[in-house]
Amino acid sequence: MSATITTAAPRAVPTRAPAPRRSAAAGVRRLVGNRIGSAVAIVIAVMWTLPTLGLFVSSLRPEADIRSSGWWHAFAHPAFTLDNYQRVLGGSPSDNMAVYFQNSVVIAIPATLIPLTLAIMASYAFSVLQWKGRDAVFVGVFALQVVPLQMALIPLLRIFSGSGVAATFPFLPLWVAHSVFALPLAVFLLHNFMAEVPRELVEAAQIDGAGHVQVFLRVMLPLMRPAIASFAIFQFLWVWNDLLVGLTFSGGSKTVQPLTAALAALAGDRGQEWHLLTAGAFVSIVVPLIVFFALQRYFVRGLMAGSVKG
Amino acid sequence: MGFLLYSKNGQLALAVLAFAAVVGLLLLVARLADRGSQRGRTGVMVAVFGGPALLLLAVGLVYPALRTMWMSVMDGNSTSFVGWSNYAQVLTDPAGAVSLRNTLLWVVLTPLLATGMGLVYAILVDRSRFEAVAKSLLFLPRAISFVGAGIIWRFVYDYKGAAQQQTGLLNATIVALGGQPQRFLQDAPLNTLFLIVVLVWLESGFAMVVLSAAIKAVPAEIVEAARLDGANAWQMFWRVTVPSIRASLVVVLTTISIATLKIFDITRTMTGAKFDTQVLANQMYDWSFVFGDNGIGSATAVIIFVLVIPLVIYNVRQMAAGKAVR
Repeated sequence: MSATITTAAPRAVPTRAPAPRRSAAAGVRRLVGNRIGSAVAIVIAVMWTLPTLGLFVSSLRPEADIRSSGWWHAFAHPAFTLDNYQRVLGGSPSDNMAVYFQNSVVIAIPATLIPLTLAIMASYAFSVLQWKGRDAVFVGVFALQVVPLQMALIPLLRIFSGSGVAATFPFLPLWVAHSVFALPLAVFLLHNFMAEVPRELVEAAQIDGAGHVQVFLRVMLPLMRPAIASFAIFQFLWVWNDLLVGLTFSGGSKTVQPLTAALAALAGDRGQEWHLLTAGAFVSIVVPLIVFFALQRYFVRGLMAGSVKG
Repeated sequence: MGFLLYSKNGQLALAVLAFAAVVGLLLLVARLADRGSQRGRTGVMVAVFGGPALLLLAVGLVYPALRTMWMSVMDGNSTSFVGWSNYAQVLTDPAGAVSLRNTLLWVVLTPLLATGMGLVYAILVDRSRFEAVAKSLLFLPRAISFVGAGIIWRFVYDYKGAAQQQTGLLNATIVALGGQPQRFLQDAPLNTLFLIVVLVWLESGFAMVVLSAAIKAVPAEIVEAARLDGANAWQMFWRVTVPSIRASLVVVLTTISIATLKIFDITRTMTGAKFDTQVLANQMYDWSFVFGDNGIGSATAVIIFVLVIPLVIYNVRQMAAGKAVR
């Protein structure tokens, strides 16, 4: 629900708010002394970056080297190899994670599209359409954000295990579970955004003879593009990084298990096989990292808006 | 047809196509209603636009949550009523006590440390030449899954016997400085703190971004006035900066607390909840899916739910108040 921070002003998520000439921070920093301040900032930045860097460097080192010396030795005695990635992406079945990577993709795409589309539609019902009980129902949906995933897990699982659908469509439970858990936040965020669209735009279109479908498709959707992009990125990464749903709804089966669940299992069973763990972990984080660097603006917005999901 | 049913990519395509067809059909119905008479039109529209989401929420979230509450007062197979005994078991069992203590540590320390770190960093890099880059470095871990972060940090904490060369960054540093290598993840009670560090690493970026925005919004006159009054850095921080961004601080603290209550991935990946590192969210998983006792598992879920509610209410009220001020 820090949601509101962003949704209150979805276009002005304040990476670069028009700032006063001298900010509170600048005031403090000037008095601390800029040099010391910068030094501390650099130390923190290095501390925050080193763990990931270490993982990446290690994933490129030969197995024997990873075992016998720390990753920083790789800079003094460079010896790099892609063997670990070869094993993780195409090696023997026990090491191969490519199948889980594919599973994660197959899970994440519908699990992003479905709640996003349903939430955009629902936010139209909650902002443009006028009907009795609308606000009460909306508050109800908003309140559902309080419910932790854990509260719904077992009964939802039962609904699927009781039917034969999951045998034919093994990914269906994961798609539905992720969609359900995404909806309260998605409806809330997108509604807030849609409610800020000036009514005059809707009315003008209606005077021109547009029905609700046209208003929705031609007026609302184009205006909501930034909000939709932010939420889509947030939801995709949420699903990609999720472990709880992936673990419980895949029932440990290799056919549907996402990459995170496979990695968690590897860390549990073969926790000292660092050549596999480092390469596997990097394969799993490379997708979010690409999204991060390519779409940083939407990415920050999306993650900020979704920070209370769960 | 075979492709659609019997390969993963086929199932993916099938799902997207089927969903697109459903949405298309719904919009078609709405389009027809648009053309039809005014009477009953709104009802159709609400059903088309709001119906699918509401139906999914009712079946997939409201019903399961109610059922979990019911299961929490039933025995392990949900066959007979046992009253509060599942709750008593969770709260009094010695393993449960450890998990409650750890959860409390997580929920208190993570928000404080992450917010403190985010605030300090936001102030230090504010308006510097490299602000954008510096901020993305701290925010970057948020892109990484808890499982990925768990593996990254297990590697940092890696322990080898004193005779061997240390491959973990932390132990190598300690040995280089003349210390003894530590078993960071195995030795209770400090191991819980080392797990908390991982979440602090992940959440500081969130705190930093929110607080940085809040700091930039503090009026320049206040800062200027304090400077003219001769405030030193310490006073400026505690008497000007912190009070001015109080609302944002509270939101960040409560938001991180809520997230922390539900996290089980880090514990699971790094220690498997062994060595006295159990937390409530992981205990819920263990009871339900490892030991197969749905009664106690559900009771644990309800406890998490009850703990989250006051935090959420406080959070929402703070934000509403903050918005009114702005």
